[in-house]
Amino acid sequence: MEKRLEVLKTYKIYIGGQFPRTESGRYYIPNNASGKKLANVCLSSRKDLREAVVAARGAFGGWSSRSAFNRSQILYRMAEMLEGRRAQFLEELVLQDSSRIKAEKELDLAIDRIIYYAGWCDKFQQVFSAVNPVASSHFNFSVPEPTGVVGIIAPQGDSLLGLISVIAPVIAGGCTCVVLASETKPLCAVTFSEVLNSSDLPGGVINILTGKPSELTSWFVDHMDVNAMVYCEKDAVVQKMIRERSAANLKRISFYDQVDWQTEAGQSPYFIMDTQEIKTTWHPIENIAGAGAGY
Amino acid sequence: MAKSTARKKTNTVRLKFDTSWSYDPAPESRSAASISKQYDLFINGEWKKPSSKKYFYTINPATEEKISEVAEANQADVNLAVGAARQAYEKTWGKMPAKERAKYIFRIARIIQEKARELAIIESLDGGKPIRESRDFDVPTAANHFFYYAGWADKLEYAFPNRKASSLGVAGQIIPWNFPLLMAAWKIAPALATGNTVVLKPAETTPLTALKLAEIIQESGLPPGVVNIITGAGQTGSSIVNHPEVDKIAFTGSTEVGKIIQRAIAGTNKKATLELGGKAANIIFEDAPLDQAVEGVINGIFFNQGHVCCAGSRLYVQESVMKQVVRKLKDRIASLIVGDPLDKNTDIGAINSKQQLQNIQKYLEIGKKEGAEIYQPSCSLPRKGFWCPPTLFTNVAQSNRVTQEEIFGPVLAILSFRTDDEVIEKANNSPYGLSAGVWTDKGSRIFNMTRRMRAGVVWANTFNKFDPASPFGGYKESGFGREGGLHGLLPYVNLK
Repeated sequence: MEKRLEVLKTYKIYIGGQFPRTESGRYYIPNNASGKKLANVCLSSRKDLREAVVAARGAFGGWSSRSAFNRSQILYRMAEMLEGRRAQFLEELVLQDSSRIKAEKELDLAIDRIIYYAGWCDKFQQVFSAVNPVASSHFNFSVPEPTGVVGIIAPQGDSLLGLISVIAPVIAGGCTCVVLASETKPLCAVTFSEVLNSSDLPGGVINILTGKPSELTSWFVDHMDVNAMVYCEKDAVVQKMIRERSAANLKRISFYDQVDWQTEAGQSPYFIMDTQEIKTTWHPIENIAGAGAGY
Repeated sequence: MAKSTARKKTNTVRLKFDTSWSYDPAPESRSAASISKQYDLFINGEWKKPSSKKYFYTINPATEEKISEVAEANQADVNLAVGAARQAYEKTWGKMPAKERAKYIFRIARIIQEKARELAIIESLDGGKPIRESRDFDVPTAANHFFYYAGWADKLEYAFPNRKASSLGVAGQIIPWNFPLLMAAWKIAPALATGNTVVLKPAETTPLTALKLAEIIQESGLPPGVVNIITGAGQTGSSIVNHPEVDKIAFTGSTEVGKIIQRAIAGTNKKATLELGGKAANIIFEDAPLDQAVEGVINGIFFNQGHVCCAGSRLYVQESVMKQVVRKLKDRIASLIVGDPLDKNTDIGAINSKQQLQNIQKYLEIGKKEGAEIYQPSCSLPRKGFWCPPTLFTNVAQSNRVTQEEIFGPVLAILSFRTDDEVIEKANNSPYGLSAGVWTDKGSRIFNMTRRMRAGVVWANTFNKFDPASPFGGYKESGFGREGGLHGLLPYVNLK
């Protein structure tokens, strides 16, 4: 009997809810530790990044003004879709040098982490808001609002869990993002974009590029329509560059170089707050001619 | 239709203030304030001569007379101040029980209240703002700010759920000239409440109330070195920002300098709070109570001569009421009293400095060149000092520089709009996002607008309101971090 020829997957990038190849036509070939080729992976360009930022900006208005409850439902749906694709992710994690046991654990944590943030979507506002007892006759309250488009250089290790741990809090809070996946372990990120595509997540909310941080990070930082940056490596030179050049439009910057994504410390509503602004609203309380209390 | 328009016209009566209703002078007495001829640097609880041996004058912008001279701190002085702050952090302040820390801060608040009149006079003398504002707003709000944050010192575990807050160390704080004492309070009070020590530099044109505050701090018995106040210009500020022993920078000032600071601290572990520029949109809908709105617009742009980062400097008026609003605005600014800041009837005082006046005048020229129509009421300005009458620009385009750039003076650009979506688009079309305002009688529209405007503080049917309990700070290029309220604690702590 003739052996059936396996259909290989093309690993593409994810922009605006679609799966283009990089406009540059370039690719790179990451290998695993035993020298096996992972895939021909898109080597995304600055132009891809720009397209992705346009998509993220376009999606921001709609995503941020959805009800928090609805965002919560969509995150939960993402977890459902991820659960359903376990086998594929396990295979990729193992191909990317994880042991079977570790891969199982990473996948469990990754799914649970999405559930964790699905739950926070409509709760962190209550925890971090305030009604402020001002001394004048005004009603005054402060609430978190999403910062906007967030640029994320995903952790190089923990290629699935790390990716999800940095994306989930950003979108749970109503921001949209452009993510550069782990350079050496990009497979799960691409497959995760297929999960997103079947999760009712509007196109453009999460955009995932593959490529080299050494080439793209500075373009993320220089982009004037990116409002915040998340960077997870300990590289002091890159961190300095990010803080320096982000001054151009005063991006909000988070460095998660001390975080162990495998632990409880890898999740908290404070991660959501890193890409939130606090808005304070005032309105007069009518007090005609010193009218007294109503009771 | 024509009839109702005609009735509208006769309905509003223009009040004439210029002839029979002029005010007599009502100047506040300078005698209630004592100002030394010369001020040294307040370092480690003592007054120290500057190692630069240099002093510079601070002048009264209303008369151009010298008021006093203050020391110029150089690198060696900054080193001393930061060293004193570090020492105090490690030896006394960092170890002190929080409730004791609180009581010192309460005490500072009380002494400010006791010396309120003196502080108000000095603030108006040194900065040019009307005594009515320094007396009724700057000084009491400064005292209240200390009072508010004092109480937080021993309650921080309630502020950050599931986290333990710890102090950062030495905070380097650089403040602007528009609200000298109040900004000092905004900076120092939360820093102390969270257990940090402070090196603060007031602006070079308005150092006096900060130095008076140093005297108050000395009087309060605060341990030496917990708060150090040093004077100087940009170089001194730069030495503070770049000092390796400083853990936190808090800056209020221009977006330009804020960006320089952000670049300077790249590659360090310094935390930063930046409160920068703004170009707030103030929006009037046709259903708004127009007289109230006009008062709010006046307060929004002419408060403190428009030297306010959150000033409502872009006015958007719904087309149907444009004519009416502009007429009311013109009438109203004709009745504003421009002159002696110490006069209790003064509405608009002196422009803070010659340099700032030149900057404002540059923008007046730019506005005219861009084709905008300028309106200034005829009012007599004092011959000496720095003055700018209240100014309206009409026939302005969204792309004009007077619409886009921060002028930081009593200059209002007036534009029109038709629909909610249009005005949101225009209001948010700015690199800034500090504040915004909306005037309408419709509740749902208020919330629609306040939610969609990308700004850190949104005033609905009011403007330029501030309170120690209310967080303040910007979106986008207006900076990051909040000052005031519970949220104002976060920039001064690490969370574990």
